[in-house]
Amino acid sequence: MPTSTQTTEADPAGAPQPSAQAAPAKAPKAVVRPGDRIFSGATLAAGILILLTLAGVALFLLAQSSETIEAQLTDPSAITGGNGFFAYVWPLVIGTLVSSAIALVVATPFALGIALFTTHMAPRRLAPALGYVIDLLAAIPSVVYGLWGLTLAGNLTGFYQWLATWFGWIPIFAPDADGAISSTGRTLLTASLVLSIMILPIITSLTREIFLQTPRLQEEAALALGATRWEMIRMAVLPFGKSGIASATMLGLGRALGETMAVAMILSPGLLTASLLVSGNQTIASEIAQNFPEAAGLRLSELISIGLVLFVITLLVNMAARAIVAKTSVKGS
Amino acid sequence: MMLTTSDNATTKTRTLTSKQLPKATPWIIAVASIIVGIGITVVATGGFSVAIAAIIAGVINLAAVLIISGAYEGRRKAVDRVATTIVTSTFVLACVPLVSLLWLTVSKGGAAINFDLLTRTMLGMKGVLDQQYVAGEASLAGGFYHAIVGTVLITFAACVISIPIGVLTAIYLVEYAGKNRLGKAITFLVDVMTGIPSIVAGLFAFALFSTILGFVMPDATGSAKTGFTASVALSVLMIPIVVRNTEEILRLVPMDLREASYALGVPKWKTIVKVVLPTSVSGILSGVTIAIARVIGETAPIMVTAGFAKTLNWNLFSGWMSTLPTYIYDSQLRPVSPGDAALASSERAWAAALVLVILVMLLNLLARFIAKVLAPKAGR
Amino acid sequence: MSKQIDIKDLDIYYGDFQAVDDVSMHIKPRSVTAFIGPSGCGKSTVLRTLNRMHEVIPGASVKGEVLMDGNNIYGAGVDPVNVRREVGMVFQRANPFPTMSIKENVLAGVRLNNKRMSKTDADDLTERALKGANLWNEVKDRLNLPGSGLSGGQQQRLCIARAIAVEPEVLLMDEPCSALDPISTLAIEDLINDLKDKYTVVIVTHNMQQAARVSDKTAFFNIAGTGKPGKLIEFNETSTIFSNPDKEETENYISGRFG
Repeated sequence: MPTSTQTTEADPAGAPQPSAQAAPAKAPKAVVRPGDRIFSGATLAAGILILLTLAGVALFLLAQSSETIEAQLTDPSAITGGNGFFAYVWPLVIGTLVSSAIALVVATPFALGIALFTTHMAPRRLAPALGYVIDLLAAIPSVVYGLWGLTLAGNLTGFYQWLATWFGWIPIFAPDADGAISSTGRTLLTASLVLSIMILPIITSLTREIFLQTPRLQEEAALALGATRWEMIRMAVLPFGKSGIASATMLGLGRALGETMAVAMILSPGLLTASLLVSGNQTIASEIAQNFPEAAGLRLSELISIGLVLFVITLLVNMAARAIVAKTSVKGS
Repeated sequence: MMLTTSDNATTKTRTLTSKQLPKATPWIIAVASIIVGIGITVVATGGFSVAIAAIIAGVINLAAVLIISGAYEGRRKAVDRVATTIVTSTFVLACVPLVSLLWLTVSKGGAAINFDLLTRTMLGMKGVLDQQYVAGEASLAGGFYHAIVGTVLITFAACVISIPIGVLTAIYLVEYAGKNRLGKAITFLVDVMTGIPSIVAGLFAFALFSTILGFVMPDATGSAKTGFTASVALSVLMIPIVVRNTEEILRLVPMDLREASYALGVPKWKTIVKVVLPTSVSGILSGVTIAIARVIGETAPIMVTAGFAKTLNWNLFSGWMSTLPTYIYDSQLRPVSPGDAALASSERAWAAALVLVILVMLLNLLARFIAKVLAPKAGR
Repeated sequence: MSKQIDIKDLDIYYGDFQAVDDVSMHIKPRSVTAFIGPSGCGKSTVLRTLNRMHEVIPGASVKGEVLMDGNNIYGAGVDPVNVRREVGMVFQRANPFPTMSIKENVLAGVRLNNKRMSKTDADDLTERALKGANLWNEVKDRLNLPGSGLSGGQQQRLCIARAIAVEPEVLLMDEPCSALDPISTLAIEDLINDLKDKYTVVIVTHNMQQAARVSDKTAFFNIAGTGKPGKLIEFNETSTIFSNPDKEETENYISGRFG
């Protein structure tokens, strides 16, 4: 600071500096130092760049989709599948939603259980280490999950056969017309299960955060009434965390919708089918990943436009999650 | 007496002691259930499947806990025990995939890896070489030196783009925005950016450069795929993480510290540079390292922006590049030699996966180390 | 229904740190006993060992005995859950369950054991407990509204109603008025006077006048210095403690010479 010329220049003849700082509202005294202007300008520019980036994502995806839009308007049969864009995209949307829903249904109870275990049940000395173990799950790159799932997919066929034998009357566990199920295990169910492991750490860490915030006094109130540990959790911890759990699940859903590699590597894709035990179905992200390297021209534009659809879906889900948080935090205060 | 109650259920003589099962009981029940579960699986299905045995064992375990504890300790204790059993088993079950994944990576990757793989590229790779390897006539050919170089270059460029933007944005949000509308909008959009699917980030970068190139040189379709495009894609994913982590750390810097500096007549920007940032530097670095660890394993955005290179490319601005994740994907799903010799490609993929996992773990450890060791001692 | 409490040679530890050293006292049934002393002297800690709530803090352990009518609550086979049903507790800050209505708050403890309570029984119990806590007239028209809508003093009385609805033998109060205004404090003090007809009440307080007003016997705790364990200095009739204590240390504290 002593070397700074800006400081001395801005000091009006030894005026009391603290008061100059404390009263910036007085118009004549509001000297803006060049250093401050440059610095605040730079930080502001960075902030605005983020605004532009997000607008850019929508804009450039739309620009590159123009070829598809044009084809849809003039010659829908040129689009993959031959029946126009919407006929092409909706099975992918269904596949994406179904796989994410399965992942969510599987992951959420586990996430709640793990969060409760690490915050309220595990020996306290071990709790941080156990939390770290779950964080490790989040650190592993998705492509390694894909590789792992691909290697293990075959091991699940025994279980799938059992499901098909006993629960084949439920459409999602039905074998195909020949009474067979996928022999490789590379089905949407396998992909969804791997997906559930991948979103598990996100939901877990968010709910763990919430459970840790449960007011100590509420927990003690329940215990002092003679509640067992589980009753205390039901009286104090879970009601307190309800909205947090909801938003954590939504954020997990957002992640599952956009997760690419688990599905792209494990699923052998095909037409939309109800059964999860035979090969078939496809998700948006996986469709892009599997076809993008060879795509050109209209096909490339199609893939970018389904990417835009995915972007919109995840945007809606994430905004819903934030809305839940915002709504409840207003009520709480 | 005022509180003499009308229902007899609660006025029974109450004692402090209650029947309690010995401490080891849950473990004994668990082990017994597993044995019975395996037995039933073998008898009922004639074969053995871990999944089925686990489901049966789990159901038996819960029923046994409920019945034994319910009969001996009462309903409330039994419910408590069942809940504890379920909650504990969710944790144990979640560890199974982690252990399995790490074990597969270490065993498969460890078996395949050697120094040559780290120093060679896929230059001149032919199916014949892999067939010879599988037949036991030659050692494993090829390698992923080019992918390591690509990973480092692309991630480095992504850091160069996103760290300044991310840190400056966080400074703007904490120090300048206050509660103004722009600040709120940026906070909201950073939230939105956190949720962008990684493949969409890749498509964005590709679309951006395709559009630009479409104006500059309309004939060069496809040349938008470069390492730099991939860096931009990764930046889109990295910036929100950097902003979030930095913002959190900057907000921890006590207001007193800033006021003390203002009271000495230090201008605001100097206060930020000389007081606020040095106080939080370890937190910021740790957050940046976490962000690097997160994006270095990304696959989808790289494959749509940088393609799959087989050979070494040091130029970020021209030509395709590989990174470790895309190399793993490419090797596993599009082996050099189809059929039995695909095993060789798969082995290279696992070796690369091992390197990638080690890299990511090291970055995570480094982040923890920075946060702990570099933290200002006086702070706490 | 109230029990006498005998504390015998009680040492309390947090991990390796000894928080309280060698406390022994006899608390008569249907009386109010006040614990006073400077901050950190261990009075709240001793109180929390009377219903084993100190176990909520990791690493806490005790040596010695706490007898309720002769039964050691640290004996083999004792379930802390049962202990806490016998020994109700009211905390420093009112802590009604925010998601429950006033009525549900009162019944929260009872419902744990008695799921299928008839509606009339539940209504009766709610009324009796709220009357017992001098709160009935103020809330009888809004029993189904959330408890968090009440004033601080009302919330604290709601917590007392919740504690006595379980029909405990002993009622522990950990500085129940420290977050309340003088009028609410007076209401609680009146209530404590009524409660001692039925319960053994033990109250921790920072306020010596409050101890003088409400208690029959007073225990003075003190601490030799930071890092040293808290000790019971004197346990005597309240009137003796405040007029003519046996120990000089007590006298110094009462007369405001330190602490």
